[in-house]
This record gives sequence, C-alpha cells and structure tokens, in this order.
Amino acid sequence: MTKQHVTASVNGDATEFLCDAGDTLLSVLRDDLNLTGAKEGCGSGDCGACSVTMNGRLVCSCLVLAVEAEGAEITTIEGMAEGEVLHPLQRKFIEHAALQCGICTPGILVAAKSLLEKNPNPTEVEVRYWLAGNLCRCTGYDKIINAVMDAAAEMRGA
Amino acid sequence: MVKVAIWGSLRSATDGAAVVEVEAKNFKEVLDALVRDYPGLEAQIERGVSMAIDGVIFKESWFAPVKPDSEVILMPLMAGG
Amino acid sequence: MALDQDQKRDFKIIGTRPLRPDGIDKVTGRAQYGADQSAPGMLWAKMLRSPHAHAKILSIDTSAADALPGVKAIITAADFGDMRKGEAMNVRDHIIAKDKALYDGHGVAAVAATSETVAKAALKLIKVDYEVLPHVTEIQAAMDPAAPVVNAGFVEENAPKGYSENVISAYDFGHGDLKAGFAKADKIVSRTLKTAATHQGYIEPHACLASLGADGRGELWCCTQGQFYIRELCASILGIEESQLRVTASEIGGGFGGKTTAFIEPVALALSRKAGHPVKMVLDREEVFKASGPTVSSEIDVKIGMTKDGRITAGEAELRYQGGAFPNMTNWLGAQCAFAAYDLEAVRANAINVLTNRPKQAAYRAPGAPMAIYAVEAVVDELCIEFGLDPLDVRLKNAARKGTKASYGPTFDDIGLVATLEAAKAHPHYNTPLGENQGRGLSCGFWFNFGGNTSVSMNINFDGTVSVTEGNPDIGGSRASISMMAAEELGIPYEKVRTIVADTNSIGQNDVTDGSRVTFAVGLATIKAARGAIKEMCKRAAQTWGIDEDAVVWEDGHAKPAGPNAGGFEPLSLAKIARKSPNTGGPISGHHEVNAEGAGVSFGVHLVDVEVDKETGFTKVLRYTVFQDAGKAIHPDYVEGQMQGGAVQGIGWALNEEYIYGEDGKLQNAGFLDYRVPVASDLPKIDTVILEIPNPGHPYGVRGVGETSIVPPLAAISNAVSHCIGVRMDELPMSPPRILKAIKNAGD
Repeated sequence: MTKQHVTASVNGDATEFLCDAGDTLLSVLRDDLNLTGAKEGCGSGDCGACSVTMNGRLVCSCLVLAVEAEGAEITTIEGMAEGEVLHPLQRKFIEHAALQCGICTPGILVAAKSLLEKNPNPTEVEVRYWLAGNLCRCTGYDKIINAVMDAAAEMRGA
Repeated sequence: MVKVAIWGSLRSATDGAAVVEVEAKNFKEVLDALVRDYPGLEAQIERGVSMAIDGVIFKESWFAPVKPDSEVILMPLMAGG
Repeated sequence: MALDQDQKRDFKIIGTRPLRPDGIDKVTGRAQYGADQSAPGMLWAKMLRSPHAHAKILSIDTSAADALPGVKAIITAADFGDMRKGEAMNVRDHIIAKDKALYDGHGVAAVAATSETVAKAALKLIKVDYEVLPHVTEIQAAMDPAAPVVNAGFVEENAPKGYSENVISAYDFGHGDLKAGFAKADKIVSRTLKTAATHQGYIEPHACLASLGADGRGELWCCTQGQFYIRELCASILGIEESQLRVTASEIGGGFGGKTTAFIEPVALALSRKAGHPVKMVLDREEVFKASGPTVSSEIDVKIGMTKDGRITAGEAELRYQGGAFPNMTNWLGAQCAFAAYDLEAVRANAINVLTNRPKQAAYRAPGAPMAIYAVEAVVDELCIEFGLDPLDVRLKNAARKGTKASYGPTFDDIGLVATLEAAKAHPHYNTPLGENQGRGLSCGFWFNFGGNTSVSMNINFDGTVSVTEGNPDIGGSRASISMMAAEELGIPYEKVRTIVADTNSIGQNDVTDGSRVTFAVGLATIKAARGAIKEMCKRAAQTWGIDEDAVVWEDGHAKPAGPNAGGFEPLSLAKIARKSPNTGGPISGHHEVNAEGAGVSFGVHLVDVEVDKETGFTKVLRYTVFQDAGKAIHPDYVEGQMQGGAVQGIGWALNEEYIYGEDGKLQNAGFLDYRVPVASDLPKIDTVILEIPNPGHPYGVRGVGETSIVPPLAAISNAVSHCIGVRMDELPMSPPRILKAIKNAGD
C-alpha cells in the first residue's frame, strides 16, 4: 500500500510526513513526529486526552485522519509555551495543583486555551461544560476549574 | 504464654476456641507455636496471615515483640490499592 | 521495628504548599508515560483475545500468521514454563489462557510485528478452535451447585459446603453475643444490598517497552504502581533472575490500585526474547475494560439492631464477592471493614469468595471497603429514619474511638472518627436547609493503610543540594511531599532537594505504591535517612573543630556546638560541610531500609446534597463536603486532591458506573461512552476539611489518605437519594432507570 504524503504546519513549523490512509492524526503526531504530549486514552473521542487544535478548532486527534491534516495548522501542547515562558494556563495549573498524574493535563490545557480564545470571561458553569469532553480521573476537576478561572482573570488583566 | 485471637472460620482447627494461648515472644514464634499446637491452622498460615499486636498490624515482621499481656489478633494477609 | 518515638510537631515546611517538581514536565507534554518511549528496531505487540466467556481451547494454529511478512514472533501459554502455584501463576494465567478461556477478552496468543497494522492483521490469521462451555458471570448463578466450574483447584479447607466449586473460601470476623445483642434492640432491619463491578478508569491504558535477551538480561519500561513487584512477577513467570531484569517505572497516568499487578509485561518480555528485538505493547481502551482488573461485584446481607435512642446493639453481615476467575483478598478486607466505624458489643461479618467468568479483579482504592461500608451505612440510615434520629448524632453515639475493640479485632489507639463527625456536625453544609426534591446523605468511611518494605537513599551533593532516591511511582504528588520531609528534617529550603523515583537496580526493594503507604512509609524512611546524614555531618563538624561528636547538635540546617562549653565555633551550614566533605572523609549520605509498620487507620465522613428529577430519574449532586483525618497533612494541596479525587470516583460508582454483562457472558460496555465516569459538568465543587489527629507511628504524625475518600460516597449518595425520593435504594449504581423503577414500585 503506497503511503500518502502530507504537508502541514505543526506548532508553527512546516512539517511533512508519510502515512497510511487509515492512520489517525494522533498516531502520526506520537509515532512519526515524536510529539508524545497528546495521549491515546480511548481511541474513540470520549476522553479528550488527544485534544489538539486544527485550523483553530478543538478536535480529538484520534478521530482525525492524518491525511485530513493536509494544508492545515495543527497546534499541540508542545506549542503552548514559548521557549521557557509558560502560558498563564500552564503556570496556574502548577500553582493550583490542578494535576495529579498529569495524563489528562495536555488535553485539558489545549481545550482550556481554546475556550479562553473564544470566551475570555467564562463562568464556572461554562468552563465545566466546555471541559466536559476531557476526562480526569484523579482530581475531581475542582482544582482544574480554579486554575482555568484564575488564568482567565490574569489574561483579562483583571 | 500469650493469648491469640483466632477468626471465626479458623476455629474449626482450634476446637471452636476463639482465643488460644501459646508460648511465644515474637511474631514468628506465635505462628510456629500455632502450627505446632493446632495443625489445622497450617494451611491458612501457609497462604499468609498478618497479626495485630497491641493495635499495630504486622504483615511479616518475624521479630516484632509480643509480651505476655499483649493483645494479639490473627488476621488474613492485608494489602491496599 | 517499633513505633517511632522521636516525634516532631512544629514545622517550617510541612503544611505549606510548594510547587511540585514534575509540574513543568507535565504541563508541557514533556513527561514520559508508559506509551511514550520507543527503541530502535522496536516491534509492536498485539494480543488475540477470546470472544467467548468460557471455552476449551482445543487448538491454536499460528502458521498463517507466522508467514505474514513483518511478523517476528508469536507466543501462547505453551511458551511459558512450569510454575509453582501462587499469585504469580494466577497473574500469568489471567494474562494468557492455558487450556481454557476463562472470560470474554482472555488473551490466547500474542504477536510481535514490525508495525501495529501488521500485528493486527496477523491476529486475524491465527486460527483458534474453541469448544464453547456454559458460563457464569453473576454471583448467585456461580454459587449454584449445578453451576459450571470456572477454575478448579482453588477451594480452601474452610469453604462453605452446599455450593458449587466456584465458592472457594469463607472468612469471618467479630466478637460478642449476637443473639443477646439483637434481643436488646427496639428494632432490627435486615436488607440485601448489591453493587456492580466497576473499573478504576485510569485514563492511561497499560503500556510497556520490553527488551529481553537470550541471556536473561532485560530492560522493562512500564507504567506501574510498583516496579519491584513487576520485576518479581516477570522474573518468576519468565524463569529469569530478578537482578538481571531492570524495571523502570514511567510517569503513570493513574493507577488507583489497578496497576499494582501485571497485565502485559510478561508477554511483551517473552515476545522480545523470542524475536530478539525490543517490543512495545499498549492496550486499547476496550482491552483495558475487558482484560485488566475491575473491582468485585457484591451482594451483602446486613442486619442491624438499634434501640430507640440510637444505640446499635448488634450488627451482622454476610458478604458475597465475585472477583472473576481467580481468588482475591478483597472479600476478607470487606468483611473486616464493614463495621469498623462502630463501637459494638456484638458484631460479625462473614465474606465468601465466588469465582466467575470475568477478568481477575484488582485493587481499587480501599479494596473491599466501599461496598461493605455502603451496605452497613444504608441500614444504619434506615434505622435513623425509623426512629426519627439525627444521622450524625447516631454515628457519634456509636463511633469507634480510642480503646474501642474494632470489629476486625484489635483495640484502636488515637483515631480521628469522632473529630470528623463533630466537624461535620458543626459545618455550614450540615446546617443549611434543603429545598424541594432535595435530599441529604452522609456516611462514615474507613481504611487500614499500610506500611511495607521501603528503601530510601539520600545524598548530600558537594554543592549543598540534596538528592533523594526512592522507589515508589508518584501517583499523587509524593515526590513533593518527600522533598518537603527531607528539607524539614535537614533544615534546608525545599528548593535544594530533588527526589527521583529510581529503577529496580538503583535502590533497594520497595513494595508497590498502594495502601496509601508512600507519604507514610517512604516519608518515614526519608526522615530516618536524613537523620543518618545529619549524624554524619555532625561528626564531620566535630572533627573539623576537634571536639567530641556528642558535643555537636544540628539546628536549622547547621551543625552547632551543643553549648558554650563545647567551644565558640561558628555554625557550619550543610552547604559548607558538603563542600569540604572530600577533605573530611568523602561523600556524605544517609539511607534507610525498613519494613514499615505502624501505619495509622484513617477515618472520614462525607456529606452530600442531591436533587432527583422524579420524571427522568436523573440525580444532580448539589453540594459535597469531605471530612477526613490525615494525621498530619504534609502538603495540603495533595491531601485535598486525594479527598476530592476519591469522592468523585465514588460519585461515579454510586450513580452511573457498572460492568454490564450480556446473556452471552460478554462485556457490553467496554468504552468510556457507555461506561460513564463523572465529567466536569456533572459536579459541584468538592469542599474539603482536613482533620489532624497525629498517628503515633510516624515521626510527623502522617496517616495515609489516598484510599479512605472512595469509601463514604457510595452510601452518602445512596442515603441522600433515598431521603429525596422516600424510597430505600439498595442497589448501585443508582442510574436513572433504577431510580425510576424504585419510585414506581413504591407507588404501586
């Protein structure tokens, strides 16, 4: 089976890769591009651990075929900090102890960043519903919500 | 001699006694004495037991001391998750 | 080792909230979990699994699969040697079937190939000839004398008679005269309560990278709660020496007890040995549900007698637990915990263990306790309603305290139950009026907590920083807590300490991260290692000053002369002593190895308010407060995290989570869509109140906290729903169809 050739931008870098028609974007990110920040928790779009953005839209990369990334701008957790400067969300997660095992953290950070880009002043309920597609089994979500609300406030300059 | 409490389903090996007395000064001596005096307990002791001595649960500490007036409770193996 | 007598109660760092050391790695995606490593020449492994719940395996023909280009090795049970009976053999037999498939999803043959795609294609080419057998997945059906025998050879000498060979043991505990106790009661309530099997639901599926040579030397990278136990299991199963297998624990994406044993590692190592290449093996989510270790399911008969002023006169429970096709210890743990919160003159709990055609259960936070305490707390609640008594007052009246003979035997020392009950009673949550269609419930909770084999090494670097090496995977933030305890004991800033979790060659034996043991046991060993290093540093200072070792004390991170008579020497900081250590005798370190005992039990109380929609059966959790005794909270953020996380898992268990088996014995809901765990929008804030009744067995008073918090939610929510709809719920989960059915039946 001949492989498909895909050109995309990943975290702002021009990227090319070869893949099978049936490969998911998640498996290409992890196994070919060595970007292992996105995780496979379920493979069926139910847990959100594989969250990335594609052309500005939050997606489960396990449900995106790699070939669909042709010409697209993909951002992953690896693109969230700028050099050694963490994004406010990343900083607040550490400050608020909003992670325990950390496996869901990349997906939740990508999702939360996407929310704040669309809605810089969400209510707690809006944050909870936006993040309903990201499962966390360790924290009970409490400190995650605190961290997102606090980061949103800081980013608004409040 | 020290009194050792035996749990319900093991009492068929001690003639129904809920508490037996053995000659022992530490965890290992208690188990050795129990097996010697009540051979029906051997199968369970082989499978594994813990022992609460004066309120502290010991899993396998042979030399944990036992006094004549110690409260000694035989328990099955204990672990968590 | 006796209880620690050298106790400290004034702290500079303990109780504060410094940032965790692995924070940046985890928020940037840099942290390496089980599936994140690769190796040159690596192969991918996949397991072929039985589609039948119970079947004889007549033959396995791998010839077509062997011939597929890219396939490098295939193994079956025949590739493993003979083993002594015991847990390691049970683990192996659970992973890969011998002559019978014992559950839907049981591994039958494993393939290693050059890509995942080729491995999956190879599975399709393996021909297995099954003779399907009748199966049993439910407790009653499995107990019936006519039931098919799931797994022969496990019946113990005290197993109850009159049942099938699937009933393998009975364990009972208690004291006092039940007959006399029940005779004193003004009312006796008897009920049977049921719980379904649930899964720990860790977001990271099992994953490993294994490399094993023909010479028996191996490297294993895996997500696990215990790299030493994995080493022990794999060495035993593969017939190699433990010293030759180095196991490195990756960062772990959740465990909760479900990663305290092996589900893939022995197979990956065996494939690697056969193929001569490293092998990566990762389970998919369906495999995690079908073929790792869910909890037991249970039926529990509870009988409790109470006087009209709220005194419990007798308590009795019969617990029937099924944990899949292999024995478990969860059943007797449940029997021991069931009445643990109570001071009773007459009590008995008997647990029987039943085998079924399901996967082998594994621990899930306080294994055995949640369902047992759910059953007891539901009946206590029912009696409170009967007599019109306040549920907290009744708990206080009957609470276990110092000097109480526990339902499982020993006499309690200082414990925190009364303190947590009183805190709950005084809390605004308990005193806030409820609205329409709302109900409030509460439950006590209990867990033993454990110590275990622990080794810690502490090195004082020449630049005055400190490296702590320990061997327990960090599942809740323990590296931060361990660094804090080291810094506190040494008297240096937290930032000067780095704690790492080492592989099995780099530190002595450590038992699995379970039993809420790490902050307690590894913390204790760290403190003692620090005291060892301090002793050596005082000795170096003494030598430098030309005085006796006894004349030097350690204070605030400095060696100081003990008094003016010792000499007017300037204190020497740890950094100064470290820098000169090459001159004064060489590198300085402390270490401690122990099989730690004296872990303190932990009690908790949960309060919850719910609102039930009587048209849809939907339950909304409105308000939730967790009260728990932590002994001493080393890092309050992480203690709160354990309380909140356990509570939410319990909420899922109470309201939605269950393993659903079909008539065909197959698991119907092996994915996160239909196995519904709580999501952010399901929940309110989970408030936490930490009590601190110091544990006499730990230098800082620490009690384990990780497990107790999953115990109360089941009954707290069941009691709240029962109050709300005016009907006693006696089965979990209380999914909407069950609530609607209960309302309807009550109306009829």
